[in-house]
Formats: sequence, structure tokens, C-alpha cells
Amino acid sequence: MPQYLLSVWFDEPYDDDVDLSTPETQRQMAQTAELNAEMERAGAWVFVAGLRPASSATVVRAAGGDVSMTDGPYAETKEQMGGLWVIEAADLDAALDWAAKAATVCGRPIEVRPTHA
Amino acid sequence: MPDLAEIFRGEAGRCTATLIRVLGDIDLAEDAVAEAFAIAAEQWPTTGVPPNPGGWITTTARNHAIDRLRRESTRTDRHLAALRLETDDMQPDHDPELDALDGFVDVVPDDQLRLMFLCCHPALATDAQVALTLRLLGGLDTPEIARAFVVPAPTLAQRIVRAKRKLRDNHAPYRVPHAAELPERLHAVLATIYLIYTEGHTATTGDSLTRVDLSREAIRLARVLTELMPDEPEAVGLLALTLLSEARRPARTAPDGSMIRLADQDRTQWDRMLITEGHTLVRACLRRDQPGPFQIQAAIAAVHADATTAAATDWSQIVALYDQLYAMRPNAVIALNRAVAIGEMRGAAAGLDALDSLDVTLLQDYQPYHAARADLLARAGPRDAALAAYDRAIELTANPTERRFLDRQRKAAADRTKASAADEESTS
Repeated sequence: MPQYLLSVWFDEPYDDDVDLSTPETQRQMAQTAELNAEMERAGAWVFVAGLRPASSATVVRAAGGDVSMTDGPYAETKEQMGGLWVIEAADLDAALDWAAKAATVCGRPIEVRPTHA
Repeated sequence: MPDLAEIFRGEAGRCTATLIRVLGDIDLAEDAVAEAFAIAAEQWPTTGVPPNPGGWITTTARNHAIDRLRRESTRTDRHLAALRLETDDMQPDHDPELDALDGFVDVVPDDQLRLMFLCCHPALATDAQVALTLRLLGGLDTPEIARAFVVPAPTLAQRIVRAKRKLRDNHAPYRVPHAAELPERLHAVLATIYLIYTEGHTATTGDSLTRVDLSREAIRLARVLTELMPDEPEAVGLLALTLLSEARRPARTAPDGSMIRLADQDRTQWDRMLITEGHTLVRACLRRDQPGPFQIQAAIAAVHADATTAAATDWSQIVALYDQLYAMRPNAVIALNRAVAIGEMRGAAAGLDALDSLDVTLLQDYQPYHAARADLLARAGPRDAALAAYDRAIELTANPTERRFLDRQRKAAADRTKASAADEESTS
């Protein structure tokens, strides 16, 4: 079955950890857990992860046998990925349905991208 | 011998739609249909046109696709396509009775519907939806579509290639959406057809005011859609709207190619046959009583068509219809049209009041807003403001014919200013 990456996007600077104690975040986490369970029941769930802030990222490059590292995320943009699902879905429309649910529980835009699988 | 180009225009979309289902690949289907038409162009002048040309093309295209897939079946996906072909419940290829294909052709309409929904998939950008619809359902080639939209052919070709690749990479399904998602998906199809119509009706750029080809193609697509979905009142509304707008086409341009406003058109030139058909459809919609935006716009066009002179227009009915439309789609463009209708019903000053009460932030770069405002100001406002509004409208007009029209309007307003200034001088 085709696999899709559903990525969660933050369009404000994502430099600090999300405050997990606010009622809003608590509610989102509970709803996300429910959605994960629903995906598992439907046989759609492959993987899910919430990401630490973009400022915690390191970019590693390998060129001509040399490895170099730079501090911070690769994309120098305001918008950063904050989490992701990998799902299995019969077709694009099914994947978009899951993305609509994900966007609703996260309150953030979801990018749907097919994999080669 | 009927015109092969005409048969192509009428049948290409249907044949491609079926071949995409059978082959599971847009490019393979397009190639196969093109090849079948090439064979037809060679054979039909001597053998004559078969009784069911669409069925002949589809079967020939399918047989050629099978041959080709067998020859090239080194790639896995081609293997899969060949497998699909052999398991598909189409007529066997050795069937010599081509006119016995009617049963098979019967399933084709549904394919065309699937293709409409695929081309107008919401995951595609609007310009890609339009290009793909014209290419796959309209049988237009890439240079034709590029010319119609005044886009460089390579740009348009890339747009189509990307759209097809996106649909393939994403495993976009080839099906008619189920009931729950239908209203939204159908709206995308209707909006695309309407966009094709309006682009043909008033080309945004280019030197001819009307683009008959695109308008006719849009009407043809709307007709196909209503045949396939006769119970969708909005599809019927769209067809009625395009027919009633098209009816005015002969009166819309002067012999020198300049634009004539609705109010100034010679209504005897309107196409009565199109109006009659449009009216019949609007009445059928009214009976069904499930109003939607396209049906209401068609009803507005029908009210205009009813008026034998501009002065006889029932503006109060038009304002009422715009009220209903605005309640469904509260957007600035509809509010603008409503204000113009109020200007006709109760005078230019009332129209200006209605216009000035709008939130116009979204209309600042919208040419029709400035053109309408200039017209109302020329009749009931400070002339300097009218001239400024004309300047802004002209600045925003890409269509040369429309620009010449606005230039003339602006000059008339400026001359009136001079004349009234001269009047004041002579009386003082």
C-alpha cells in the first residue's frame, strides 16, 4: 500500500520547547493520541513523532571525505517541521482524509507527501 | 466524410477517459488515443467512418496499447498494465463486430466523469486543473491551450507534466467521489469549467475580446457534465449560465472589435436559441428548489435576457437575486455586482452609497471595481474622482479591447467636465 509522510508545520519561530502544561497543548496531545489509536485500528499507522525545537537540530555534511557540522536546522526559514506521521493509505484521497484529521487535532497545517513505497 | 477534427474534439475526451481506467496511466492512454486517431485519419477516407467512431477509436487504442505493452513489457509497471488489460472485462480484441460495441461504450460516460474529477482534484493548483481538463477532456493540444491562455508553450507543457506526475506519484484514485465528499469535489469541477468559460468570454490578455473556442469547449464540458449528473442542479445552473452569457456574444463586440456594454447592446443580435435553452434549464432548476450560486447567477442572466431593452430590465429582481447570492457567498465581488444593480434600480447615487459601504480592501487591484466605481462617479459624483477611478481601471486592464472602451469612457467623462466648466463660464 502507498505510504505518505504527513508533516506538521510551525509557521512561527520554533526555537523553544512547546509548553506542554497549557490546557490547549494538553487537549491537543490527548486528541493526537486518539488519532494515533484510530490510525492503528484502521491499519494506517506506521510511525509518529513530535520533534524537539528546530534550534536543537544539527546539520551534518559529508564532502570529499570530510565531515562538517553546523548548529541549527537546515532550512533557514521561519517555517519548521514540528512533527510527523508516516501512514499507509489506499490512495491520495484516503491520505488527505487522515491529513484533515491531523490538521484538526494539531491546529497546524499538514503537508502530505507520497513516498516511493 | 465528417470532419475528423470535429470527431476528435467530440470523442477524444471519452476515449482517453476509458483508456486511463483500462491502462491505469494517463500518458499511455493519451499516446494510445493519439495513435488510434492517426490510424483513423489514414483509413477512414477509404473505408468510411465506422457507425460508432468513439467505440472504434477506443478499441483500436486499446489493442495498440496491448501490442505496445507486450513489446515493452520489460518494466514492471508495464507488466502490471498488461495484466490489468487482460483481466479487464472489455470486449475481447478479436471481436470483429465493431458496432456491437454499444454495450461497452455504455460504460464510458462514467469514465469521463472520473476523469473530470481527476483533472479537477483539489490537490492540483487551479491553473493545472484548467490545463489538464482542456488537454485530457477537451482534446486540445498543449500549444492550443498555451495560446488560449497567452502562456509560453513550454511553461504550459511543464504545468501539465507536473500535474500528471503529481497525480501518479500520489496514487490519486480514478473514481467518482462518494456522496459525502461530492458537493465540494463537484464544486471544483464546476469552478474549473466556469473559469474556462470566462477566460474564453473575456480573455484577460490578448487582442481579441472573445475566445470562442474556450467558451464553446466550456459549454460542451458543462453539457457533458449535466448529461452525466442530471440530478445535480448546480451543474444544470452552470450550463444555463454559460448558455445565457454566450447568447449575448454576437452583440458584445462592435465591427471594429471594441467592447459594447450590456446596457448598449443591440438585443436583437442575441442568440434566441441559446436563450430559450438557458431559460428552460433555469426553470427546471427553480422547480427543483435547491438553489446554489451557479443557478442564481443563471437566474440573473435570465432576467437580463428577458428584457427587450436595457431600460426594461427588472433590476429589483436582480438585486433580490444578488441578495440571495451574497447570503450564500458573502464575498466582495458579489457585493460589488449588487451595488451596481442597486445603482441601476435606484440611481447612481444609491449605487455609490452601496459601493462605498463595502469593505473594499480586497478590491483595490480588481479592475471591475474601479471601472464600476468610475461609471457611477461619472454619473453622480465628483468628476475628478471619476477620472481618477478610470485611470486606475485602465491601469489594471490587460485586455486591449477593454482598455480602448475605458479610454473612450474616460474621455467622455473628461469632455463633460470641460463642457460643464465652459457652461459655468458662459453663464457667469
